[in-house]
Amino acid sequence: MSDPVETIVTPVHLLYDWTATSAQAEFLDAIQEGRLIGDRCPECRNVYCPPSGSCARCGVETTERLDVADKGTVVTFCIVRVPSENIEVSLPYCAATILLDGSNMPFIGLLQEVDVEDVRVGMRVEAVWAPKSEWGPTFENIKYFRPSGEPDVPVESLGDWV
Amino acid sequence: MSDAARPYTTDHVVEYAYKRSLGPVLSRFFTALRDGQILGSRAPEGRVLVPPMEHDPDTGDGLDVAGLVSVGPGGRVATWTWISAPREKHPLDHPFAFALIELDGATTGFLHAVDAGSEARMHTGMRVTARWRAERTGGIHDLECFEPEDGA
Repeated sequence: MSDPVETIVTPVHLLYDWTATSAQAEFLDAIQEGRLIGDRCPECRNVYCPPSGSCARCGVETTERLDVADKGTVVTFCIVRVPSENIEVSLPYCAATILLDGSNMPFIGLLQEVDVEDVRVGMRVEAVWAPKSEWGPTFENIKYFRPSGEPDVPVESLGDWV
Repeated sequence: MSDAARPYTTDHVVEYAYKRSLGPVLSRFFTALRDGQILGSRAPEGRVLVPPMEHDPDTGDGLDVAGLVSVGPGGRVATWTWISAPREKHPLDHPFAFALIELDGATTGFLHAVDAGSEARMHTGMRVTARWRAERTGGIHDLECFEPEDGA
């Protein structure tokens, strides 16, 4: 042990006691049954998934809940080639921002069963669920997304998201 | 998810493990810690900065990288705060003080834990000395803590 010390690891560690809001709890109830739900803004009519209970754009409460599909369209993505602690996925992998059918607010999902070089904006993807016996009130019920095999969505139809 | 019943609650951990390149001065500081020694850097007007720095924080002038000096292991508590309920990542698992310690030979305060046993034993100006770990890896926790010079 005579080599000089040239690096140190300085962990930042924040532990939160997290309690779901009512809208988040409804989402967790639904995902426990294999469904995704969103909430619709009464003013701008945008649908947010997961629901937050309010519209950040209009500043109003959202009370209308509706089902959102477990398939959607890649609107942007990131190919990760750098290893990181706490990530068990083999490299390289693709984290995609996915606009679920019926929702106007994309969310981030892991893409698998695809060569990262083949991922593209407009690609159609679908959720791959964990076995039903393992479902709980958690995002982990969805293991990842994979290409659905449907034709790509034209990029120009994705509007503000691309 | 730890509990499947409403209300849904869980532990949520946000954690980043930053790997930091030390540069020439802090590399020597941490290498010395591994050897059971605390180093400071000399600055004008007789100041000795601990941990050592590459540049004078007052003027921005470069400091003598080669001329680091050994300080401590004893020192004087300049200021302190008592941690009555340590959290998981705190350096000690029982109540202790965080203190700025003016190590012997240094002119700056060095932040570390003081294992005094009780808050009543803590006072500004008290003498403390370093308690080293037997197995050291080149990190700030090679210094387990400081303890009162008259015994913890």
